[in-house]
Amino acid sequence: MTDVFTQLAYVVATALFIFALHWMNDPKTAARGLKSGVLAMFIGVAATWAQPDLLVNHGWMVVAIVAGFAVGWPLSRVPLTAVPQRTALSHAFGGLAAGLVGTAKFFLWIEEEPQHLTAFNLAAVTIEVILGYLTFTGSLMAAGKLQEIRLIPQRPVTYPLQNVTNIGVLALAFGLGIALVLNPNAEWAGTAFLAIVGLSLIFGVLLIIPIGGADMPTVISILNAYAGLSAVAMGFVLDNKLLITAGALDGSSGLILSIIMCRAMNRSFVNVLFGAFGQAPKAEVSSGEEKTYKSETFEGAAQGLEQANQVVIIPGYGMAVAQAQHKIRELYDQLKKRNITVKFAIHPVAGRMPGHMNVLLAEADIPYTDLVEMDEINPDMPQFDVALVIGANDVVNPAARFQKASPIYGMPIIEADKARTVFAVKRGKNPGFSGIENELYFSDKTWMLFGDAKKVVGELVKNLSGGSGH
Amino acid sequence: MTESVDYVSLLFVFMLATLIGLGVIRRVSRLLHTPLMSLTNAISAIAVVGAIIVTGEDHPLHIRILGAIALFASMTNIVSGFLITNRMLKMFKREGDRS
Repeated sequence: MTDVFTQLAYVVATALFIFALHWMNDPKTAARGLKSGVLAMFIGVAATWAQPDLLVNHGWMVVAIVAGFAVGWPLSRVPLTAVPQRTALSHAFGGLAAGLVGTAKFFLWIEEEPQHLTAFNLAAVTIEVILGYLTFTGSLMAAGKLQEIRLIPQRPVTYPLQNVTNIGVLALAFGLGIALVLNPNAEWAGTAFLAIVGLSLIFGVLLIIPIGGADMPTVISILNAYAGLSAVAMGFVLDNKLLITAGALDGSSGLILSIIMCRAMNRSFVNVLFGAFGQAPKAEVSSGEEKTYKSETFEGAAQGLEQANQVVIIPGYGMAVAQAQHKIRELYDQLKKRNITVKFAIHPVAGRMPGHMNVLLAEADIPYTDLVEMDEINPDMPQFDVALVIGANDVVNPAARFQKASPIYGMPIIEADKARTVFAVKRGKNPGFSGIENELYFSDKTWMLFGDAKKVVGELVKNLSGGSGH
Repeated sequence: MTESVDYVSLLFVFMLATLIGLGVIRRVSRLLHTPLMSLTNAISAIAVVGAIIVTGEDHPLHIRILGAIALFASMTNIVSGFLITNRMLKMFKREGDRS
């Protein structure tokens, strides 16, 4: 481990990792960033493996690596709508690896190398396994919810004293960890350690059970940070600086994404994890007056689009569910052909993970220069003749601006209501995921297009291409 | 490995790496947040180094098994993380690049 050659290789790998992330600041240099990351990984692994007197079980390692390839390759071929699940799954694998290495090290120490049972090492290994295993089960739960596996309830599950239970389980795990640190050579050390493992596994499940789909972007980001931090803790346990730096980069990435997601929902971390979208939204006091939608026909909407100079499309999770992105690209082409400016307005929490909409639209070959972030496009909203909302709901609800009683009050939204006309594509007449009524749909300038996003956009395209006599 | 670990310098490295990470990640294009996540996933799978050490050294069988599973899990992340990042990055095109 103290081999100078290995350490120098780690220095180079760390620098390359930093450049990898630096080059992600622009889509033009991102590919270079990826190459830099791959090179760094190769250097790190090769330098570790090239310690001939240290490593003997090459057969074991080869088998594990081949198995990793066999599972990793298909996981990289999933459809892009499944990327949130895949990401959650890879956080689970990261957490599992950290947990298992921590477990292996701990038992190695108590069985064969008691000189390593120092307070610092025990504290580090306790943190490593708690973070590792809770990330493992938590991420598995999140992946299951995203994949809509039937065994795992989609809707948030809540029960009395939930937060007290959750915090109690975690506190118990940390309490046992402290007991271990204070009594490193105790006879019960092994049992206590296994109890910590068990409690952490349980805590991961409990943490995710009360969380619903709309909170997934934040939760995935937080799990990302935990996975990174568990790698950092592993670095402390193994006295390995490369693990600490790479883990810290991953952890800080997860942290920044979490902050962006929380801000975009106007909520705090604590509120997402222990809070409340879980609790059934309080029935809103209906003002008595019957609110009514105005529906529009596909022909009418197509005409409205055709006569516009500037169109903004606001996609949401409904677009991903309906796989409507390719139809939207056809619509984009039809409008572009008529010299209409088309922009896409992207809310940071639209979809199920950070950046989800961008990837889906890029997949459909829509140039990224037309994908505009919420903060950038909002001031221009009044200039758009038509705002076409496709499968987005809470992120365009003007109630967030003025209705103090609304659960989403204060959340930054894409101000679709400021465009001259709004067409909103919506699957059913029920309120969206959070159960909040959308004021936008009742506005004077809004016309609803009911139906599956893919079908509705397809109809619009048909109308536009059929009557393209200009 | 018998000499005690220099904890303070490890904490130093952790602090600096976190600050650099925060500075660099803050500038990442919002367009690329999904590929960023898959890339950092792959990067933190450098934990494979730890798994290699635990699996490869001459340890009892149960320790080796734990290490091998960890090695498998990290390797999965490296392979799928880098490959899917590559797949997604290729999709981001400018106006002129469309086929």
